[in-house]
Amino acid sequence: MPAGPAVLVDGLVMRYGDRTAVDSLSFEVEAHTITAVLGPNGAGKTTTLETCEGYRRAQAGKVRVLGLDPVRDRAALLPRIGVMLQSGGAWSGARAEEMLRHFARLHAHPLEPAVLIERLALDECGRTPYRRLSGGQQQRLGLALALVGRPELVFVDEPTAGLDPQIRRAVWELLEELRADGVTVVLTTHYLEEAERLADKVHILDHGRLVASGSPLELTRGGTVATVRLVVTQPFPPGAPEALARSLGDGTELTVLDELSLQVSGPADSSTLARVAAWCADHDVLPESLSLGQRNLEDVFLELTAREDVR
Amino acid sequence: MTTPARATFAPRPGAAPVAQQLLTQAGMEARLMLRNGEQLLLALVIPVMVLVGAVQGAERVGLDLDGRPVDVFTPGVLALAALSTAFTSLAIATGFERRYGILKRLGTAPLSRMTLLGGKVLALLAVQVLQFVVIGGVGVALGWDGPDGIVGHLGVLLAALCGTAAFASLGMLLAGTLRAEATLAAANLVYLLLLGGGAVVLPAEAYGGLESWVTWLPSGALGEAMRSACDGTIDAGHLVVLVLWAALGTALTARTFKWE
Repeated sequence: MPAGPAVLVDGLVMRYGDRTAVDSLSFEVEAHTITAVLGPNGAGKTTTLETCEGYRRAQAGKVRVLGLDPVRDRAALLPRIGVMLQSGGAWSGARAEEMLRHFARLHAHPLEPAVLIERLALDECGRTPYRRLSGGQQQRLGLALALVGRPELVFVDEPTAGLDPQIRRAVWELLEELRADGVTVVLTTHYLEEAERLADKVHILDHGRLVASGSPLELTRGGTVATVRLVVTQPFPPGAPEALARSLGDGTELTVLDELSLQVSGPADSSTLARVAAWCADHDVLPESLSLGQRNLEDVFLELTAREDVR
Repeated sequence: MTTPARATFAPRPGAAPVAQQLLTQAGMEARLMLRNGEQLLLALVIPVMVLVGAVQGAERVGLDLDGRPVDVFTPGVLALAALSTAFTSLAIATGFERRYGILKRLGTAPLSRMTLLGGKVLALLAVQVLQFVVIGGVGVALGWDGPDGIVGHLGVLLAALCGTAAFASLGMLLAGTLRAEATLAAANLVYLLLLGGGAVVLPAEAYGGLESWVTWLPSGALGEAMRSACDGTIDAGHLVVLVLWAALGTALTARTFKWE
């Protein structure tokens, strides 16, 4: 196998009409890791992944997967990768096990379908045709179809969306086992705790650009920066967040997360807490919770991709 | 199952041999076609009803035909069966495969488009064998003698193959350009129009002044080729018409087909 990244995206540009979906994006995925690609809806994740999967041709820049051009070398690449689609993609009258066996027979050395059926609890689907499977069952079948050909690299798109906690945990364990067995996993997810738990490396996209890259630890450590998270019982009075931002002064960053919660990042200490508490009293705001803590990946993500930045 | 020495998910990528993929794909498609009630209606129930109805109706009203009604209508209904499977069923199934993202998902498997198409054609032919056995059986029950000699059987085979090529390419053209619902409507409409006015079941000579025109239609060419074959002659002219339609359909499909 050639040394080098499993996935290389270098200066990728993708436009739909006037809109630039992916804007000079560059990142790499190291082999045998779980790498999460995160970003709000419309950040360019799907377009980027579909370019890596060979569904779209890079308009500018270069994309290489396992050293191959996903469009030009598609025939050589396809047996080596697994792609989990978010939804759909099955004959409405086909049964889960039938689909899985069908996909297995298209490959030279497939996994025994029974292994995936057991690991992903697909036996509960029985003889139900695809159109009557629940969203979670369709999701799990999608993952099984991506894995059955024993790929070197899998692209998994929202693997645990809509799954109950028990099965979500089983999927996490499966993805960790894949990595341990030498498979490279590229993951997109909306669940940041999922990325924080699983990923060796995280790439955060926004507006088609890479805004942060690193291990979850590197991204959340961020020096002395800590956060104060405030949740209130009534929506903030107009102008109140701006007043708080002024009272905190420079060096801190205030992000309104929604109408009931905000976050202060910066060198937060007890005096910051005291100022926030005083501001609550001044504005007649009743806190539901006020917490000081190290940032988690979700905080970093929200800061980097927040649409509403005060001041 | 033997205990694997390697880790469960250790990569071992590879595409299956093309022949295995072809058979797998054809088997899946044929099973799905026969499992679907509407498809089954189109493939078997309607042709059998048309055959029985036409033979009995012609005897009752004393239709002026060149031969016994069962000898005229059985080849025509065989042609209709080939048309319904290769065109209407294929177009509808493929339209919904596009709509439901099945072609996209199959695009993630190491299955080339040629193998996918080959699998479809093989599935069509398998379903047609079943149709021919059932319809031929009903024909025989009504007094049909079957195709004349080896040449006749060969002619039926050639007509079915050329007809399938022509109609499958046109069905794919429809499915690859229209939305799934529009494909469903158009494929059924074309089927009905050709059934009535396309010289499939009724011989071209029944269309009077339009006779020379309808045999240029793929339906008329297929119907005439099938009727000639059952009379023991290979109708090269109409087979060529079918091949030309297949070439036209394939060229247009290759230019216009959208996989998603």
